[in-house]
Amino acid sequence: MITFAIGLSIVLLFVILFLLFRIGTLASIFRGSSQRAVGTTRTSNRVNSVLFLLFLIVGGAAFAWSFADSWDTMNLPLASVHGEWTDDLFWTTMIVIGVVFVITQILLFYYSYKYQHQDEKRAYYYPHNNKLEIVWTMIPAVVMALLVFGGWKTWTKITSAAPEDAVVIEVMGKQFNWMVRYPGADGQLGVAKHTLIDATNEFGIDFSDPAAMDDFMPMEIHVPKGQPVLFKIRSRDVIHSVFLPHFRVKMDAVPGMPTKFWFVPSKTTDEMRSETGNPDFKYELACTEICGRGHFAMRFILVVDEPEDYQAWLAKQPIFAEQNPEVVAKFSSSFSQQAVAENKTGETAAEVKSEL
Amino acid sequence: MSSTDISIHPDVHHAHDEHDHHHDQNFLEKYIFSQDHKVIAKQFLFAGIFWAFIGGFLSVIFRLQLGWPEATFTFLEPILGGWIQNGKLDPEFYLALVTMHGTIMVFFVLTAGLSGTFANFLIPLQIGARDMASGFMNMLSFWIFFLSSVIMFWSLFLETGPAGGGWTVYPPLSALPQAIKGSASGMTMWLISMALFIVSQLLAGVNYITTIINLRTKGMSMTKLPLTVWALFFTAILGLLSFPVLFSAALLLIFDRSFGTSFYLSDIYIAGEALTNTGGSPILFQHLFWFLGHPEVYIVILPAFGLVSEVIATNSRKPIFGYRAMIGSMIGIAILSFVVWAHHMFVTGMNPFLGSVFMFLTLIIAVPSAVKVFNWIATLWRGNIRFSTGMLFAIGFVSLFISGGLTGIILGNSALDIQLHDTYFVVAHFHLVMGAAAFFGMFCGVYHWFPKMFGRMLDEKLGAVHFWMTFIAVYLVFMPMHYIGIAGFPRRYYNWTGFETFNIFTDMNTFISLAAIIGFGAQFLFLFNFIYSIFKGRRATQNPWHSNTLEWTTPVLPGHGNWPGEIPTVYRWPYDYSKPGAPEDFIPQNVPFSATQSSNLPNEKDLE
Repeated sequence: MITFAIGLSIVLLFVILFLLFRIGTLASIFRGSSQRAVGTTRTSNRVNSVLFLLFLIVGGAAFAWSFADSWDTMNLPLASVHGEWTDDLFWTTMIVIGVVFVITQILLFYYSYKYQHQDEKRAYYYPHNNKLEIVWTMIPAVVMALLVFGGWKTWTKITSAAPEDAVVIEVMGKQFNWMVRYPGADGQLGVAKHTLIDATNEFGIDFSDPAAMDDFMPMEIHVPKGQPVLFKIRSRDVIHSVFLPHFRVKMDAVPGMPTKFWFVPSKTTDEMRSETGNPDFKYELACTEICGRGHFAMRFILVVDEPEDYQAWLAKQPIFAEQNPEVVAKFSSSFSQQAVAENKTGETAAEVKSEL
Repeated sequence: MSSTDISIHPDVHHAHDEHDHHHDQNFLEKYIFSQDHKVIAKQFLFAGIFWAFIGGFLSVIFRLQLGWPEATFTFLEPILGGWIQNGKLDPEFYLALVTMHGTIMVFFVLTAGLSGTFANFLIPLQIGARDMASGFMNMLSFWIFFLSSVIMFWSLFLETGPAGGGWTVYPPLSALPQAIKGSASGMTMWLISMALFIVSQLLAGVNYITTIINLRTKGMSMTKLPLTVWALFFTAILGLLSFPVLFSAALLLIFDRSFGTSFYLSDIYIAGEALTNTGGSPILFQHLFWFLGHPEVYIVILPAFGLVSEVIATNSRKPIFGYRAMIGSMIGIAILSFVVWAHHMFVTGMNPFLGSVFMFLTLIIAVPSAVKVFNWIATLWRGNIRFSTGMLFAIGFVSLFISGGLTGIILGNSALDIQLHDTYFVVAHFHLVMGAAAFFGMFCGVYHWFPKMFGRMLDEKLGAVHFWMTFIAVYLVFMPMHYIGIAGFPRRYYNWTGFETFNIFTDMNTFISLAAIIGFGAQFLFLFNFIYSIFKGRRATQNPWHSNTLEWTTPVLPGHGNWPGEIPTVYRWPYDYSKPGAPEDFIPQNVPFSATQSSNLPNEKDLE
């Protein structure tokens, strides 16, 4: 019954709208305004030009208000060193384009209002002015050159080779969660191959590689504050993307092509908790490359510790090989030597390629 | 059937020469398998409008999910069937929705619907030709597009759903059916449909270029062409050079999917087994895809540039400011569009040095784009503006192009792209600059050339209401998206409530969804206006906008061959509006200088 009532009222609404439309058409014929060239009637010009001006003023005010109102939420708290550079560059660029935005929109709508049709007036025949064209080609060109220079310098610094002493962590994306691996005491990640993956050995680690024996895989990423951290990123099925919004870090995880990103965390989780006033604050890692059904749910937690807490945490982590001796037992040593040799060369080649 | 074809065909060619014979065509040849460019243009327009409503409807469904993530949508069950489980949208179906929304809007509406309609309709009419260089190829182009549309539409109804890997269909996700349901038959149909689509585009592009180069009427030199034709010319060239690359990308993907090759696949362990593919590179696909993908956004926006330039000049009653600068900037944009593709790939693990190069090249594009905007604004300056609906949309276009284009300067900067890549900032950017802006260009064209297409006028009042509702809705939808994008909210998320960082924007998303639904609703005003006016609209006069270009010298409803008598000769450029000394404020292109002594400039005194 209610559906019927709703349907009926919608139909009635359409009938009323249609009648209004017809009355409007007939009235315009009666008034004779349909005899004039389109767009030259007084009402149409008045209404539309005033609306453009109103749109400029009301729209501009609404934009300014909503921008100011969302300011705090859109500026995510920052927790990395290079994030400061990109945030500065971002807001500098925003100011530049903001100025252009305001000027051009004002001119566009103001001219639309000011130069609305008037019967006695005639437009000014002004086909070109080469000096003007050159001026407004050169100004954007110079501004762009400056922005490119700023961007290039920042980009080069961010993508430069990671420092030698960086904490190395492997981050692997899979459908639909992240997994991380620490190299353990020797600082070397053991060789891994996708053909060795099974339900327990999810990384496909080759345990005949001695470097693999002390690797461990925690359920959270822990990193020390103030030290460079190098993520070695890979994927074992489709493309994923590592995104740490608070650290301004993003890099795709690509199957068959290891990638990396290094950064220096500048605030511990505890510091961020007191800064945001949120006692439950956690740094989150999200996936930003469409990867299937669970794309929206690939959440992983990252904790920034003070260096001494980090060391304490490291010491507590259980070693995978020790906990899963049956996995390690499957590997014979002869098979390994070869795999190690193969993979080592592959890895260095990739390393060289992606360094500036 | 074939025998009728044989007997009728000579008649068709005959009609080309003697125009009193065109009524000999039967219904099928006149309206269905027509070789007349005007009919083909209308076919593309109808198909484009159909697809636009489908694409818009899909976006409304996923906006419902995003705006009210906790709600149950049992009321959608009659339409969506099994895709709704216990009132919840299936997450894979959500991905299929965004994928199909993108594919449909970019390719089927804003490529085929926009340049298909206006290149077919305007090129012969504005350059003074009887028809396209090859009417038959033109017809093939539409029907292959139609076939491609049927396949894409069919894929919406597959049990495993249509393609769901994003409109960019990056492998391995799109290559492996075990990765997502949409990569089963849905993806196969997507690839077949797109391959056919490309064939259609190439047939059309060759035809447009040939026609513009070879079939211009007497006196119509390249520098007397309206900017619409210039824009459509560059669009066709871009399409011809870039679509084959997408074709090869699609072909290699078909090979990987069906014939066991490893162009894009390497070291994959999925669904409990390790695949044997090695040595492929998913990044290769991205390079190939964006080698088309980036020119594609200019294929979408260039025709809009042309239409808007024409409408702004006509309705400001002023020559377009800097005609040569406008052509020059389009050449610049067209050339640069081929060397910026990798700015979509700054964080894919591509060599950072390449990132620097592509950042440099990308930011250069801002210069010709800025020149265009300044020229449009200078055209409005001291004009005598008539607010026809076409003009409203043209002004709206410039506004949206500025708003969306400026953020491109941020996204083109690789250092800033790290944070913003694949967030709603990107969504806001490209929806404003190539989505909404190109749509506004299309509306601008439809309102302006409707009288020439159907011999009747669209209702101006309804048009104004349509414009204002759409214009406001577009800004209400996409401006707030910048805010959530700056905060890092990622694209293509079915639901963000699992993340503390992203669950602070519920109200904003509800607001955006409401604005989107209102904006979509406003399009039904247009649909009503469009259908009603075809049959019952006010009858148009021959030149309702007092425009200079050649199409307005044809009869109200031009027949086969466009001009009943001889094709008019062209003497002047198309922008002699409000020339001092002329009695009217416009002088059509076919008026010789000898007839306008009072308004001739010093250098025009001796011209014919």
